[in-house]
Amino acid sequence: MPEKTRDELVQIDFKPPEREWMDPAIDFEARRGTWSYPAAAKNLRYLGFPNPREWSPTDEDWQLPENWQQIIHDGLAERLNKYRSLKLFLDVCVRCGACADKCHFYLGSGDPKNMPVLRAELLRSVYRNDFTTAGRILGRIGGARKLTPAVLKEWFYYFYQCTECRRCSVFCPYGIDTAEITMLARELLNLVGLNINWVIEPVANCDRTGNHLGIQPHTFKDNIEFLVDELEDATGVRVDPSINRKGAELLFVVPSADYFAEPGIYTFMGYLLLLHALGVDYTLSAYASEGGNFGLFTSHDTIKRLNYKIYHEAKRLGVKWILGGECGHMWRVIHQYMDTMNGPADFLEPPVSPITGTAFTNAAATKMVHVCEFTADLIKHGKLRLDPARNDHLRVTFHDSCNPARAMGILEEPRYILRSVVNNFFEMPENTIREQTFCCGGGAGLGNDENMEMRLRGGLPRANAVRFVHEKHGVNRLACICAIDRAVLTTLMEYWVPEVDVSGVHELVGNALAIDGEKPRNTDLRGRPLAGGKGDADA
Amino acid sequence: MRDRGRIVTGLAVFVAVALAPVWQAALHGAARRPEPKIVTTAKQCVEPTAAMRRDHMDLLYAWRDTVVRRGQRTYLAADGKTVTMSLTGTCMKCHPNKKEFCDACHNYLAVSPYCWECHIEPKEKS
Amino acid sequence: MRVAWSFLLVVLLAAVAFFGADAGGQALFGVVLPYVAMVVFLVGIAARVLSWARSTVPFRIPTTCGQQRSLPWIKPASLDNPSTGRGAAARVLLEVFAFRSLFRNTRSELRPGGRFTFSPDKWLWAGALAFHYAFLVVFLRHYRFFAEPVPAVVRWIEGLDGFFQVGLPVVYLTDIVLVAALGFLLWRRLEDARLRYLSLHADYFPLALLLGIAVSGVLLRYFVRADVVRVKELAIGLVSLHPAVPQGISPLVFAHIFLVTVLIAYFPFSKLVHMAGVFLSPTRNLANDTRMRRHVNPWNPAIVGHTYAEWEHEFHDKLKASGIPLDEE
Repeated sequence: MPEKTRDELVQIDFKPPEREWMDPAIDFEARRGTWSYPAAAKNLRYLGFPNPREWSPTDEDWQLPENWQQIIHDGLAERLNKYRSLKLFLDVCVRCGACADKCHFYLGSGDPKNMPVLRAELLRSVYRNDFTTAGRILGRIGGARKLTPAVLKEWFYYFYQCTECRRCSVFCPYGIDTAEITMLARELLNLVGLNINWVIEPVANCDRTGNHLGIQPHTFKDNIEFLVDELEDATGVRVDPSINRKGAELLFVVPSADYFAEPGIYTFMGYLLLLHALGVDYTLSAYASEGGNFGLFTSHDTIKRLNYKIYHEAKRLGVKWILGGECGHMWRVIHQYMDTMNGPADFLEPPVSPITGTAFTNAAATKMVHVCEFTADLIKHGKLRLDPARNDHLRVTFHDSCNPARAMGILEEPRYILRSVVNNFFEMPENTIREQTFCCGGGAGLGNDENMEMRLRGGLPRANAVRFVHEKHGVNRLACICAIDRAVLTTLMEYWVPEVDVSGVHELVGNALAIDGEKPRNTDLRGRPLAGGKGDADA
Repeated sequence: MRDRGRIVTGLAVFVAVALAPVWQAALHGAARRPEPKIVTTAKQCVEPTAAMRRDHMDLLYAWRDTVVRRGQRTYLAADGKTVTMSLTGTCMKCHPNKKEFCDACHNYLAVSPYCWECHIEPKEKS
Repeated sequence: MRVAWSFLLVVLLAAVAFFGADAGGQALFGVVLPYVAMVVFLVGIAARVLSWARSTVPFRIPTTCGQQRSLPWIKPASLDNPSTGRGAAARVLLEVFAFRSLFRNTRSELRPGGRFTFSPDKWLWAGALAFHYAFLVVFLRHYRFFAEPVPAVVRWIEGLDGFFQVGLPVVYLTDIVLVAALGFLLWRRLEDARLRYLSLHADYFPLALLLGIAVSGVLLRYFVRADVVRVKELAIGLVSLHPAVPQGISPLVFAHIFLVTVLIAYFPFSKLVHMAGVFLSPTRNLANDTRMRRHVNPWNPAIVGHTYAEWEHEFHDKLKASGIPLDEE
């Protein structure tokens, strides 16, 4: 927790500074708590990324390569040709300001450079200087800036202060997507060795061990077995997930946080219980043991490199199709990038539910189905015996995670599931959910402890909406379908709305799911007693 | 890219539409300059020709208000002569050829004065 | 203040044309520069659009603003999250004609105690829409100067625009709306501290220029009457490629024409290219169907990740000890 109290943190000054935005000055020392530590040299070396070294943003000299300006200029030129999005977004912005108060970091910090329009101008001003005639001739009057070390430092600060949530893009009349700007700006920063460890270490881990957390295969198996034991304690049912089993019908890929730490592990138990109850023929993989993809926060090449494992493993194991767990940015990659990067997946079959026979035509090419799509279909066909009263000790709201909402559109499936498995479901105010949902404040690799003040600021609009339903409806559980959310929102709630816990949707499914051979359930998957009238304690 | 054909088509359509007046001029040939035909033998209109040419709408508008709203019918011209304010009685007496006189410029510039929504158009052979 | 410089520049430009034409520069301001500007405009726009077209669209990245198409019993948001090309086209057209995204605009306010409220805010949408449509109508109305005979549709537009028959010449509604909307757009840029902070010369100049054009046009129609027959002769001369400058055209006409000339020539090098760009935005004009249909990246790099064989090799002993099946024994 930062030293600042809640009351101090909400004293947000929206008055822009006297100093013009074109004159950069960032005092990293004074702004501790709002930036992330640089990537450790060993991780960059492992990945073969440029300019590995030990450094700190508070250093005067960032030890850049000699020709760093040229590297970035060339990198930008290359990307302008490769990404129409980038070129167009740099050209067409009219600075109407519709995006300004849509960014959670701007709302939480009041820093005008967190307005999406100015975040993009940081790059756009250099683009004008280097690539447009008007910018070259008019210079500063034409909104152009030379790429100086101070400008670069500002890039580092603000492009690692954007969670790529795309909320601004919903409101932009031209669909300018700051996530795209940030992704490509981070690619440029990576070219000269400016990256953050909380992104690069998971990338290095994932490349080597198969998952962001660096869990090696024997530990992977131990973790799963531990969770199987826990699940047996809670339900009396022993599930038997297989690992790296050839010939299974489905490969099930989840974010690694789901088998590593609370509260994700309860979501994982929910998945296992569900698949066991239905007798689905599936396997986990210790090699493709990560659904998430921190490549998304690094570069497109890195996305492809990490994502490679999923199809590679599906092919090796000979499964028919792939089921994916609850994770936000994972689904951005799977939905919008995977097939293009590593497809075609012609060695798989178009996904069909083995239980209901439903063909998931929306995943016909990529052949990967979201577990919420899978479960919603099961419930619709009456294939699950559900006792929502087992969730009566919970009053639940749903947080739409940024990527599933704005880079996929999976809005109704989780809601349908929640309405089926809980009796007390309440929506947050309409401007804070669905496509207008607010970020948790810690996506895109910013969910680290040294960045805590900025996380709490960025998460304030979300926390506000949760507080609203907490006070109005007594909500005490925030459900979501994202592993980063489950980690980041937990901290956010502890700070802003401590009465509310965070969980995945499938944890609540696991609570409500009645299975043959289960013992009388008097606790939920967390071992907490159920509401009155349920279970042995009250019988 | 598959969409390049579509983009180039869209661009071509845009350029073609942007140049619409050029195509129209090419099709219809050079436009004639309107020559309002004056049939009267009178030496001068109510006011000098240049002023009439530029400001006749103001004069008629003022006449309408003065006659309809204040009931006055006599107009004192700049040169001291007086005339009766009447479209059909005064103006059209000298210019009975609406089609060749009024309409010549009005049609050229697509102006549709609403004089004839109340007044009766002079009968003319077309 | 940046805004003052922009207005000063526009006044200066108008003055140059006014006095320049008066001093015998009618051919320059009435013929040469308009031709040059038109060429710059067409070539500039074409070059800009083609440069966008040259850049590839490696990934299908629509911003989804509604429910995806998934299970048959869940109603998809076919416009905000289109799964077909037609849906995406409709989405773009709604963006172009109705400013749909801007219509969503909300206003956030921080209340005491650190509470945010979000309320719908349609002012920017209304102001922007009013300006664009008024400008479109004014633009189309001017076609009467460039065509003989004047197409019926232009007459209809004009009739509608002057529907209330106020004054003579009839006051056009769009003249009022255009000036009012431009005034509003300028006012909000100046009134809102954060907008003032982020606005560049490139934001004020087009507003000042458009206001200059609108005001000079209003002056010409209602106050300092020009001899429109001669103005039309000039215009027809331009479009029939037989340019000639009739005598007796007010210098204010040349000021008006010159400001339009500047706008046309400035267009392709400014933010005004959003007119073309809005059609090409990859977050709006692509269907959200990447899992249904493969999208091909023309330069997809040949990247192979850490392969299973390498992984098994590295963790062989640990895999074996924990009983995870191996490919190689």
